[in-house]
Amino acid sequence: MEKPSLGRGQPTASGHAASLQFPGCPGSRDFPDAPYRIPPKVAPATACGRAHRRFCELLPQEHRSVEESLQIRVSLEQILSLPELKANPFKERICRVFSTSPTRDSLSFEDFLDLLSVFSDTATPDIKSHYAFRIFDFDDDGTLNRDDLSQLVNCLTGEGEDTRLSASEMKQLIDNILEESDIDRDGTINLSEFQHVISRSPDFASSFKIVL
Amino acid sequence: MAQPPAFVFNILETPEDQGQDPSPYDESEVHDSFHQLIQEQSQRAAEEGLELRVLPQREPGPETLGASGSGHQALLGPEGVPDYSTATLRILASMPSRTIGRSRGAILSQYYNRTVRLRRRGSRPPLGGVGRSARPSLRLYDLELDPTAFQEEEKRTLLVKELQGLTVAQRDHMLRGMPLSLAEKRSLREESWTQSGKQRGPQGRRGLLPCCSRLRYACGLALHSLGLALLSALQALTPWRYALKQIGGQFGSSVLSYFLFLKTLLAFNALLLLPLLAFIVGVQAAFPPAPADSVPTFTGLELLTGGGRFSHSVMYYGYYSNTTLNQLCGPPLDGSQCTPEAGGLPYNMPLAYLFTMGMSFFITCITLVYSMSRSFGESYRVGSTSGVHAITVFCSWDYKVTQKWPSRLQQDNIRTQLKNPVSAEREWELLALPLVVCLLNLGAPYLYRGLAALERHDSPILEVYVAICRNLILKMVILGILCYHWLGRRVGALKGQCWENFVGQELYRLMVMDFVFTLLDTLFGELVWRFISEKQRKKRGKPEFDIARNVLELIYGQTLTWLGVLFSPLLPAMQIVKLLVLFYVKKMSLMANCRAPRRPWLASHMSTVFVSLLCFPSFLGAAIFLCYAIWQVRPSSICGPFRTLDTMYEAGKVWVRHLEKAGPRVSWLPWIHRYLVENTFPIYLVSALLLAVIYLNIQVVKGQRKVICLLKEQISNEGEDKIFLINKLHSVYEGKERSRVGRAQEAEMPPTLPADERDAR
Repeated sequence: MEKPSLGRGQPTASGHAASLQFPGCPGSRDFPDAPYRIPPKVAPATACGRAHRRFCELLPQEHRSVEESLQIRVSLEQILSLPELKANPFKERICRVFSTSPTRDSLSFEDFLDLLSVFSDTATPDIKSHYAFRIFDFDDDGTLNRDDLSQLVNCLTGEGEDTRLSASEMKQLIDNILEESDIDRDGTINLSEFQHVISRSPDFASSFKIVL
Repeated sequence: MAQPPAFVFNILETPEDQGQDPSPYDESEVHDSFHQLIQEQSQRAAEEGLELRVLPQREPGPETLGASGSGHQALLGPEGVPDYSTATLRILASMPSRTIGRSRGAILSQYYNRTVRLRRRGSRPPLGGVGRSARPSLRLYDLELDPTAFQEEEKRTLLVKELQGLTVAQRDHMLRGMPLSLAEKRSLREESWTQSGKQRGPQGRRGLLPCCSRLRYACGLALHSLGLALLSALQALTPWRYALKQIGGQFGSSVLSYFLFLKTLLAFNALLLLPLLAFIVGVQAAFPPAPADSVPTFTGLELLTGGGRFSHSVMYYGYYSNTTLNQLCGPPLDGSQCTPEAGGLPYNMPLAYLFTMGMSFFITCITLVYSMSRSFGESYRVGSTSGVHAITVFCSWDYKVTQKWPSRLQQDNIRTQLKNPVSAEREWELLALPLVVCLLNLGAPYLYRGLAALERHDSPILEVYVAICRNLILKMVILGILCYHWLGRRVGALKGQCWENFVGQELYRLMVMDFVFTLLDTLFGELVWRFISEKQRKKRGKPEFDIARNVLELIYGQTLTWLGVLFSPLLPAMQIVKLLVLFYVKKMSLMANCRAPRRPWLASHMSTVFVSLLCFPSFLGAAIFLCYAIWQVRPSSICGPFRTLDTMYEAGKVWVRHLEKAGPRVSWLPWIHRYLVENTFPIYLVSALLLAVIYLNIQVVKGQRKVICLLKEQISNEGEDKIFLINKLHSVYEGKERSRVGRAQEAEMPPTLPADERDAR
């Protein structure tokens, strides 16, 4: 049984997210007056410090200084190698949604913090459902159409050929989903309808969580 | 009569349009209405004497836009996807309902509107200076639908201006809820803060001095930082954060719910123990009674039996004195009351015992009911329609799972669920028969297994619920019989002795045996089962972690604690120690011997069920036992704080009588006691009020359900309108396209026709 490679050395402290939420980070409550200036040291014992440490582990040795780590971008493959994301079928979509580069294939530390903040305990269910919608919108057109839904179901059921649903089963399933959640009957699920479905499930907020 | 706003319609007909995929990232599109265009078209149609083209009516087959039952008109391509022109798709893509999830400008507009509404909640907007239109809706200045082209920068400035009008807490709350990136939020916050700090003077209406508001902001900031620091300190004290993460990552949310329930029980016991320690155990330990004649020495056996040395310690009821402690006074001269000398604080032990027990139970009751109602409120929603497909597909993936094998197991589970879904109503209908059978077959564990083999349930969840019910009823019946045995018979049998000590010791022994057997079962039972199953089945046949049975064990142990706390005030401390040890033992056994459960569990529903089971049979039963013991049973006459009284409750009555004699200053307390507590009328009144409140709540929920149905119908109608308009728009574009192509063909035709054609004309 493989054990996750996590550092246990630091005492665990607050789980609050960045800026308004991560204390000890640039631009946070500890530096309310400062514009976005890089502080000399990121506080190690906070959640932000843990995130920074994990981010630095992905960088090559020579770029691990604080100033460089806050500017440099990490490629998608390296982020996907994190143990928390490795077994997740949506890992690529998650990285693409949070990436702010023009080609959407690299993450900076800010993007990484965004990701952790949305997946943390302190994000409101509204924010979580908003980002879940964006993750499930495979073609980025603002709605979940039949293609998006079939890709989503394929991610959920497994990659292998024997684990996928048959074409007729898939069609039936997507018809059922649209029947249940497409209130305005336009054939696609928009953000409001998605959030309506999510609000009915109390498990969502606790399962849409990644803990570092 | 209001003027309709003048819209500008701008169709981009450049050739590059054909190749581009429309996406809401293109914010430069002007999304307006096409009122003017349709007017133009209908004018032209009227001139040419044509009717607007009616779309072919199609039978609503399965290829229509996901609709069922209502016939929609749509132009469909070969694969059932609506075949709109690129220009139509472009307009479709910039519809507000599609851009809200993606574009920053739309999010800013939406939150601008929310902020405006929040700010104006307290005060109405002034009637003067509204503008030309008298329509109330326009006063609210809806930025999302405003046709004048607002660039993103202007929207942002407006939002910042509105944010400054909010208080600090509201602003932070609004910013926290915005789905923007952290850099955006930070800059918004900085801008709204610095600008409000710079504003002086024109805040005259509020009458605030800028320095006071800055001071208040600084104080608020300091308090918030202090709060955060305390919270992080508290979280650092919980030593199990990493362990819980490990368990959740490997076994999923359902097994994690057992350990979270264990943590909850720990909190309840700590809550129970603190008042007892403070008001009973601590005081009595500080003022020990005169030692009895023969106190046995400590041998190791007391840890198992609870007797011996332990009987003469603060552990049990019998040790506590029935007098007022710390009362330093001289002998009563004329039978009047004893006036304590200065420096002594008299402490009436029987009263303290009674009140502290009552108060602890009351606090536990309130906490239990609150947590149960909160988890119930989260699990069950008004207006939840039937149908599990959408919820399964959108919400069932557990992102906490970090290992490959449990992840694959989740995928298997989800696939099974998607292929064979069971709706909720069918489950409850199927439950009726097993419940009736349960009640008729109490106390027959060996029959249970036979019955389970006979009943073939469709869903594994139902099997689990039925198993929980049966085991629960068995345990509660056993405990009920024990209680009757203690309070009914033993009291009579042990007339001259300290029966409360005896009951306390029995409960202690029950707890210890339960603990020992749980440990043995965990350490050896699961280990042995793993070896057997590995040898027999010769595959990865580790046993599953049986969540239901383990949770019932926890509830049983907690019930024992609650039953015994009256007779042994230190029992919660023992329970805390037992839970701590149990956490580590169970976790170790889980990691070594078990695998993730195959059956799909709804973790939050199970948590609600656990807490409800804790509240209803368990706590309620213990509370009834306690009430009966306090009101009806005669305490033993040789030990304990109630040894001279008829019932334990009399201690309160004695005190009230004492207060009546004390004088007119505290006469309200006996008055309350006589008219509100002893009298039965207020109880009837309170019950009637509660029933009325419950009935009103039920009616409110029914009304809400109706409103939800109506709103859904309205949205569906709006959707039909939208499709109608899109089709009209598409027909307009097609008409334009055709006419353009026609004109182009005419221009391309050679000016002279071939001879035969001219002849044919």
